[in-house]
Amino acid sequence: MSILVIGEHDNSSLRPSTLNVVSAAKELGDSIDVLVAGSDCQGAAQEAATITGIARVLAADELALADGLAENLAPLIQSLAENYTHVLAPATTYGKNLLPRAAALLDVQQISDISGIESPDTFVRPIYAGNAMATVRSGDALKLITVRTTSFEAAEQTGSAPVEPVSGSVDAQLSTFAGEELTRSERPELTTADIIVSGGRGMQSSENFAMLEALADKLGAAVGASRAAVDAGYVPNDYQVGQTGKVVAPSLYIAVGISGAIQHLAGMKDSKIIVAINKDEEAPIFQVADYGWVVDLFEAIPQLDAALEATAR
Amino acid sequence: MKVLVPIKRVIDANIKVRVKADHSGVELSNVKMAMNPFCEIAVEEAIRLREAGTAEEVVVVAVGPSQSQETLRTGLAMGADRAILVETDPIPEPLAIAKLLKAVAEKENPGMIILGKQAIDGDNNQTGQMLAGLLNWSIGSFVSNLEVAGSSVKVTREVDGGLENIELVAPAVITVDLRLNEPRYASLPNIMKAKKKPLETHTPEDLGVDVSPRLEVLQVVEPAARAAGVLVTSADELVDKLRNEAKVI
Repeated sequence: MSILVIGEHDNSSLRPSTLNVVSAAKELGDSIDVLVAGSDCQGAAQEAATITGIARVLAADELALADGLAENLAPLIQSLAENYTHVLAPATTYGKNLLPRAAALLDVQQISDISGIESPDTFVRPIYAGNAMATVRSGDALKLITVRTTSFEAAEQTGSAPVEPVSGSVDAQLSTFAGEELTRSERPELTTADIIVSGGRGMQSSENFAMLEALADKLGAAVGASRAAVDAGYVPNDYQVGQTGKVVAPSLYIAVGISGAIQHLAGMKDSKIIVAINKDEEAPIFQVADYGWVVDLFEAIPQLDAALEATAR
Repeated sequence: MKVLVPIKRVIDANIKVRVKADHSGVELSNVKMAMNPFCEIAVEEAIRLREAGTAEEVVVVAVGPSQSQETLRTGLAMGADRAILVETDPIPEPLAIAKLLKAVAEKENPGMIILGKQAIDGDNNQTGQMLAGLLNWSIGSFVSNLEVAGSSVKVTREVDGGLENIELVAPAVITVDLRLNEPRYASLPNIMKAKKKPLETHTPEDLGVDVSPRLEVLQVVEPAARAAGVLVTSADELVDKLRNEAKVI
């Protein structure tokens, strides 16, 4: 097996999702290359070179690749793919946008969002918002796969693989990057955080979310939200945890004022410990919670703050 | 401009699915079906483009069994002008759907194709991106804002880090995210009118597309259940359990 991992990065540094995908690749075989395609992306390529257990970093450094536009990247993956049995990308918005286009160009039926690997052609993936798990075998000679990052450990970074330049991108001139509005936060990133404090419609306003943020800071946690809270405008879209938002699996997930629609549970029910704080004891969130507390959240949060304070070590 | 809107018939989003006893799939018989929620947003956006004078015609397309006509009628009742069914059972994989939609697009010659970003049954999130690749069109995926100005299409995309703006050259494929719009309900008079709107049917054969599956589903099982939890009654008790029992803080 020879595997190409599509590295996710912002040109200067590598996104942690790449490390999880490399771990998935290691279950398939031991000849693993990581593609870093960008512009002025030596920083990301050098960081990729430290991933333990990979053979090479392929660095495609061209202006047309600067912004990760699928129209320019997919032909590069298409041209590289003939050297590999598997092409893997993270099931993040980056990978989900890019890989299906490459799969179409290669006439391959992609396998999305795998959470397990049974053999080099057989994979497990959640369907119906994780309410069922399908085991599928691919008949395509080449496999294109997006990987659920929370299902695989992050690979270590103790290596020093060679970085080799590659070319073959095109400037399709179909699309232009026109700016971004990224959420800046000092808190850990949602998809890699060890603890997440998440709020729902019960928070009632964006001002009240500040209470959750303070609690999160006490715990060194990231802040997430249900779709209802995002739709209501309490927090930005990138806070959303769920079937169509981010999938998370922290050690501790504290759901505050979240009823627990199946679409939300799909994004967090693989968390190690789940705490539900909700005044409605019938809320479905309690069915997946390890610890439930039926209480008005506006009473609960200050008390929780105080209890953490009192027992802080 | 003509806008093509591919839509899918899926299990209603409010139904909890059950895995079949023989583990061959999920139970679909006697289960309420509906239009995929993301597809409703796509139909709504196309109708708004027509209402704004940007689009002249909205054509909904479904790939699936004959019952998909119901889903197409729902799209027509929302305001689409006509419908196309590519009849095939079962619903093929995303790559085959994308090939069928490409064939339809080559007949219809739309200026834009708007789809849901994913269907809530297979959760594949592939069809729109594949279709754009096969057509060699620009792609705006996970779109939460869409502005059309002549041959330029400005989109805002919901990405993991926040929002991203890109400008696409038309014709473009757009896949829509949750916050693009709030789909309308079809009124009773419009539901009646929809019954008379044109609906044409094709088959994969007459479109010249091979829809044989590439993936074999070996089994479908329930996810591992979580152990039952306990209720606590105070913050002190909760913190104590998290610290000393679960050891996660």
